[in-house]
Amino acid sequence: MIRLEVRSTPSRLASALSPLAALLFTVAVAGLIFWALGKDPVRGLKVFLWEPLHGTRGLTELGLKATPLTLCALGLTVCFRSNVWNIGAEGQYLMGAIGGGGLALWFTNAGLDVGRWGFFPLLLLAGALAGAAWAAVVALLRDRFNASEILVSLMLVYVANLFLTWLVFGPWKDPKGFNFPQTTSFAAFTEVPRLVPGMRLHLGYPVALLLAVAVWVFMFRTHRGLQLQVGGPAPLAARYAGFSARAALWMVLLGSGALAGVAGAFEAAGPMGQLTPHVSMGYGFTAIIVAFVGRLHPLGAVLSSLLLAVFVIGGELAQSRIGLPAALSGIFQGVLLFSLLACDTLINHRVRWGGSRGR
Amino acid sequence: MTAPRLELSHVTKRFGDVVACDDVALSVQPGEIHAVLGENGAGKSTLMKVIYGALRPDAGEMRWNGEPVALQSPHQARELGIAMVFQHFSLFDTLTVAENVWLGQAPGRPLQAVREGIRRTGETYGLELDPERPVHVLSVGERQRVEIVRALLGEPRLLILDEPTSVLTPQAVERLFTTLRKLAATGCSILYISHKLDEIRALCHRCTVLRAGRVTGTCDPTRETNASLSRLMIGREPPRLTQRAPRPGEVALRVHDLHLPRPDRFGTSLAGIDLTVRTGEVVGIAGVSGNGQQELLAALSGEDPRADAGAVQLLGAPIGRKGASARRKLGLHFVPEERLGRGAVPTLTLAANLLLTRHEALRRLGFIDRRALRSQAEGIIGRFRVATSGPAAVARSLSGGNLQKYIVGREIDAVPRVLIVAQPTWGVDVGASAQIRAELLALADAGCAVLVVSEDLDELFEISDRMYVIARGRLSPSIDTHQATVEQIGEWMSGLWPAPAAEVIP
Amino acid sequence: MNDLALLLAATLSAGTPLALAGLGLCINERAGVVNLGAEGMMLVSAVTGFAVAFHTGSDLLGFAAGAAAGALVAAGFGFLVIWLNTNQYATGLAVSLFGGGISAFAGIDYVGRQLTERLEHAVPGLSRIPFLGPALFRQHALAYGAMAAALAIAAFFYRTRAGLVLRAVGESPDAAHALGYPVRRIRLAAVALGGALCGLSGAYLSVIYTPLWVEGMVAGRGWIALALTTFASWRPGRVLLGAYLFGGVTMLQFRLQAQGVQLPSEFLGMLPYLSTVVVLVLISRNPLRIRLDMPASLGKPFFPGT
Repeated sequence: MIRLEVRSTPSRLASALSPLAALLFTVAVAGLIFWALGKDPVRGLKVFLWEPLHGTRGLTELGLKATPLTLCALGLTVCFRSNVWNIGAEGQYLMGAIGGGGLALWFTNAGLDVGRWGFFPLLLLAGALAGAAWAAVVALLRDRFNASEILVSLMLVYVANLFLTWLVFGPWKDPKGFNFPQTTSFAAFTEVPRLVPGMRLHLGYPVALLLAVAVWVFMFRTHRGLQLQVGGPAPLAARYAGFSARAALWMVLLGSGALAGVAGAFEAAGPMGQLTPHVSMGYGFTAIIVAFVGRLHPLGAVLSSLLLAVFVIGGELAQSRIGLPAALSGIFQGVLLFSLLACDTLINHRVRWGGSRGR
Repeated sequence: MTAPRLELSHVTKRFGDVVACDDVALSVQPGEIHAVLGENGAGKSTLMKVIYGALRPDAGEMRWNGEPVALQSPHQARELGIAMVFQHFSLFDTLTVAENVWLGQAPGRPLQAVREGIRRTGETYGLELDPERPVHVLSVGERQRVEIVRALLGEPRLLILDEPTSVLTPQAVERLFTTLRKLAATGCSILYISHKLDEIRALCHRCTVLRAGRVTGTCDPTRETNASLSRLMIGREPPRLTQRAPRPGEVALRVHDLHLPRPDRFGTSLAGIDLTVRTGEVVGIAGVSGNGQQELLAALSGEDPRADAGAVQLLGAPIGRKGASARRKLGLHFVPEERLGRGAVPTLTLAANLLLTRHEALRRLGFIDRRALRSQAEGIIGRFRVATSGPAAVARSLSGGNLQKYIVGREIDAVPRVLIVAQPTWGVDVGASAQIRAELLALADAGCAVLVVSEDLDELFEISDRMYVIARGRLSPSIDTHQATVEQIGEWMSGLWPAPAAEVIP
Repeated sequence: MNDLALLLAATLSAGTPLALAGLGLCINERAGVVNLGAEGMMLVSAVTGFAVAFHTGSDLLGFAAGAAAGALVAAGFGFLVIWLNTNQYATGLAVSLFGGGISAFAGIDYVGRQLTERLEHAVPGLSRIPFLGPALFRQHALAYGAMAAALAIAAFFYRTRAGLVLRAVGESPDAAHALGYPVRRIRLAAVALGGALCGLSGAYLSVIYTPLWVEGMVAGRGWIALALTTFASWRPGRVLLGAYLFGGVTMLQFRLQAQGVQLPSEFLGMLPYLSTVVVLVLISRNPLRIRLDMPASLGKPFFPGT
């Protein structure tokens, strides 16, 4: 039987190695799965993990996928650290996409050309407001009625999804779109400015990186940021110190909602250029994994969103190149998170094998 | 000569690098009340868990009525006839008394038989209990009765009690002793764990003293003095505090007719609390835990700002509705009872923990000046002799005594006008206790008003100039410590104090 | 009249998977463990149950496989949170995400396949009673199984010593440990049993209710079941009632549609989720009540030993 002993101070070595160990374990499992499916594991892993990093196109696509992941995960990082379990980033993302996309659609239909740089801040604002509003419902119900933010935020994902479906099948459907569930293509000026000619990577990524630094400064260099982090692990200490739990709840939910909303707006007005039911690909859920793999640290989230972006793209490539379903990516993400959680135990605990009391 | 009921030899138990019990020997005769004496952290509780089968020793032998045994679990210990009453009760709040007792019995005994057993044992030993009441409505003393009845129903031949009197009034302690003497007379052996010298001398036949995991002596406590026992326990006589002459000044903290409905079903309502603390004096509040201490402290510290504004006054200003940080800004500081998780965040560094109550290192917009913070922490660590690797150590890496020194130091260092301290030395070793008490007295001498809420009567008699007693959410009148006796305070702790007279201090 | 009977029957049928999963989670949580992985476990079991029933032609084997798959995933979750003390919320989320991924992957070959026609179910004799027959007695055996399970679990909780021990572990694992109960094994058993019931629920969905496999077909029922346990104050009988209530809401949307209510289907589709939110709000309004009913150690890690 296994026995765990609590370390008095967390092991720095284990802290640094644990994500690496988790990644290695995941790669090993991935290799095994490829082998079990009758594919060459080396080729499989190459397609899955290496090819997404290949060339300008690969790298810019990586940044493109990492953009929504980073933005959503940043908000979740702050939420989880303060013990607010917002798992509905997906819903806030969708509302952001609806807000940003709706704005682009309105400007398009009105023929109101304000130019790329004129529209970009409006887009940012619309996404942030829509996402924050959706998260505000969670905050309100939690604050006023003590309703579990886990369940409410998740239920609102389904609601947001159905709302989007209704929009693109109904009032916002492109009248000339052959009855496809999608809006008219947005006018060119609404597009998020691109960074590399010919590639889809857009201004959203540098914005996300900048926000990551801002979140880091906020969390680790300001009193407000510290206050949020006390409430999570030690609510009684927060009460003792006089830090308001309600303020923390509202702040982290509105903040994470806004960040997820911005991600949605970027995606709708960026690579999509229109609203469809498929504006998300589950970024809001993957971001949960990103946040944990990034050790609930804003700069960690930047790195882990790149890693998870590799997984997402790798899944697509595995489908087109070696005929494996893209759902494989979801399995690898799950394995990564499991093994990371298990490895994290080693940071705060010493494992003793054998011995007496394993009950 | 019959074999001892229990005999331990060379018992050693390690936790990681810490040796909790080192080559311990212990022998208990049938019908003997045997004390295990030692200060906090001496290894008493670990040793008892070994005897009860909850921990397995790394080395050593245990004999039961002369036969060697190797216990695998508490179940097995209970089958042999070993029962234990825990210090932090192992009771289930939402279950009834009968269900709680039932869970401590061997399987196969029907609940109805347990109910009858509770009644019968209650009559025999004077431990009356209603089997159908849920535990969460019981007083602390009643809860202990549940524990004892649960232990006795198994008809034990050895009963272990871990610090059983820390939650009782002096009168209830007497009742407990009567029960234990009756029980010993039936031939049951009793292991009595305590660090209270008077009790051991009054109750026990023999005494084994532990210090830092090792046995430092075995003696007949009735023939020892407190001083000689103390030498065995801590290696020297207990440090004495110098007598001080209090010079009370103006009223710093005044509570007038404070009423507060209980915050939840498990809490206590406060009724008509009147309290004054002057600058330069140390005032104590005694009482058995769960009589409204938490609620009163929350109302004073500002964690519970529901009181009428005027019901709590700081230097004449009404603060009843202000929150904790607002009161702190006005000079009212508070050291809570729980160190880890309330007084300090376990996972944050000592430096970061300063920011819970201290804002000197904050700059514009709430930015943290990390250098200033670090040197502030270093200052407190140095001034209060906190043993730690430095300001970057996380709070949970410190021992209880050192963390308490740091937390008390953090608040004293803020130069408060009023300092409220809950259980200043609970679970703290003797050296650190003496230092913390001396710091509190020095603070009062420097003109601060100090209010100490404690369940440790000895401590209150040692440091306070005046005392109140809290019972069932009401506060007694105050009494000068040098006029008070333990018996009187004990009576007051059951809520029996003279009808509201004029305040002793005008 | 006949319409009402059909609506009642549909409600029972829609409530059954919620009841099974809710009862399983209730056992989990009574022992002090929150499993946010319910949705994932149900998805894994749904695809496992469907595949086994599809290949063997035996519903019973399908159920058994679904329950086994649920128990297996739950045991993995249990090992992580009970022995390695990983965060229960994070690990549960991981199970949900992982379950979604692996079920989608494993189920690819089964998308669009249909099980052979289910026979009409009927309780002999009783099903012919006018109104009551079609309303109550034409359900699959598992629907009655869910009711029996609720009774059995209630009896277990409140009438047996083992049930008392389970509640005691959820109330205070430290006290239970001090008395010598194997807290971790009891928790693991509760988690595995909860997983098995969630698994049964997933298999019922894919084998009986739909009966086909579609990616993500559990559609939030795992999460609604989690809400049910709070709604029911962790009491089995109330879990059952709550499940039928939600089943009724689900059916109401079809009913409203059939009656020509002028509301887009998407909005009707929101009903189960919105009503979950509303119910949560109503039930949680009084935090004191929740605190009194909630197993005290719920979601908290337990370290035996020192």
